Amino acid sequence: MTMAAAFFYLFSTVMIASAFMVIAARNPVHSVLFLILAFVNASGLFILLGAEFLAMILVVVYVGAVAVLFLFVVMMLDVDFAELKQGFLQYLPVGVLIGAVVLLELVLVVGGWQTAPAALATGGVPINLALSNTAQLGNVIYTKYVFLFEASSLVLLTAMIGAIVLTLRHKPDVKRQDIAAQNARTPADAVDMKTNVPSRAGI
Amino acid sequence: MDLFLSLLLILAKSLAVLVGLLIFVAYYLYADRKIWAAVQLRRGPNVVGPWGLLQSFADMVKFVLKEPVIPAGANKGVFLLAPFVSGMLALAAWAVIPVNDGWAVANLNVGVLYIFAISSLGVYGIIMGGWASNSKYPFLSALRSAAQMVSYEVSIGFVIITVLLCAGSLNLGDIVRAQDTAYGALGWYWLPLFPMFIIFFISALAETNRPPFDLVEAESELVAGFMVEYSSAPYMLFMLGEYVAIVGMCALTTILFLGGWLSPIPFAPFTAVPGLVWFVFKVSLVFFMFAMVKAFVPRYRYDQLMRLGWKVFLPISLFMVVLVASVLEFTSLGGVH
Repeated sequence: MTMAAAFFYLFSTVMIASAFMVIAARNPVHSVLFLILAFVNASGLFILLGAEFLAMILVVVYVGAVAVLFLFVVMMLDVDFAELKQGFLQYLPVGVLIGAVVLLELVLVVGGWQTAPAALATGGVPINLALSNTAQLGNVIYTKYVFLFEASSLVLLTAMIGAIVLTLRHKPDVKRQDIAAQNARTPADAVDMKTNVPSRAGI
Repeated sequence: MDLFLSLLLILAKSLAVLVGLLIFVAYYLYADRKIWAAVQLRRGPNVVGPWGLLQSFADMVKFVLKEPVIPAGANKGVFLLAPFVSGMLALAAWAVIPVNDGWAVANLNVGVLYIFAISSLGVYGIIMGGWASNSKYPFLSALRSAAQMVSYEVSIGFVIITVLLCAGSLNLGDIVRAQDTAYGALGWYWLPLFPMFIIFFISALAETNRPPFDLVEAESELVAGFMVEYSSAPYMLFMLGEYVAIVGMCALTTILFLGGWLSPIPFAPFTAVPGLVWFVFKVSLVFFMFAMVKAFVPRYRYDQLMRLGWKVFLPISLFMVVLVASVLEFTSLGGVH
């Protein structure tokens, strides 16, 4: 067994086990931590495939930013899982039915998957092993797929603006800080020196 | 057999880096305290060993021999896992740092991204520790640190992108080699990318929770932040992780902006000095700046910190990415990428 195969089995086993623990853990914070473990192992699998750029981006984006926010929210919410799980057996038949239908549909769709030969001929980009995969991705994303790439970034921008619009509230009575005005203040207009105050008389 | 030998080689390299690094970190810690003391006209540690040189080792022995106290309401597993995560991640970043030409445990094609990923994971040690302590101050500290580190990562990312555009590679060794010009120290990226060098330095302070951005453990507000409930060896691991991450950031600054192992004066007697010496010298210089900032800059308020990250650094660094990319694309400086 080569080292790559050994690591493949290590990463896959840990990933599947932690993915299972995400739904099995009683404590929601533990669930998120297991989710993070699953992400890290997925990035290990990407490295074994030779896709080191994707692996690092997966860690930076999903583990470093998205999962931090997950963890943040889960820690702040006081979720009582015992209460949530009370009706579990009652809804089990319905859940199993829906799951079975979705599984059946997925099997039918994926089993009958066909790609037009014309699309296969024009869609792929030959892999140039002389370049690192970062350079290869850059060459393709910013030339051939630039419109798709820009469109997806626009979708993300729209989502971001949408989130801001939904949560932004203008409160008229709040005292706001104006940094520029604060920095522009001089001692002359900030300090008022009273020079001719008589002694022992107060102001 | 080859497999076994290569594994053994990797193990030996890692061990060499770790031992060297930990000894350096012990003395950086000592230097930090001495510099801080000197600015405040104190003596600093001066009892253990000549001039207090063995202070860090005495501290280590003390931490290891004390009893670790686990709070009754703590989430035990996560509580004990947090310092390990913190320490391990900080040490893991050193796997790709080239201390001399070709002297890195792993010569990754995506070395910069690896370090960026590892440093973005550093926040987990703090969040886990803060939450698992089941106490108010650590939890507030964890919330602060998450927001702070996520904010400053954005500007660090953009600064790194400008360097990558100039160097044309994500490999740390190649980035240093790209700075090897006939101008010596003047050809390193700190001068052509000057505002980015300053932004990177300040963001590195914020990313490693160093003063003036140490709101995570602001003792006047949060006692000691996420470390309140920690004692003994777990506390030591947190401190170790913190200082290793700081030295790691100093090393990254050296590689990205100060020419790594290159000699500042690019001719005969100076180029004969081993690259490792130059590297350690530059890292120490950056660390000296870190220590001086700690000694004489007052702590930021939380809203000022957020404002600096999102409203000042983010626009400037975003603008610089566009500027650097345009200059490289439309002038002869870009070469033939």
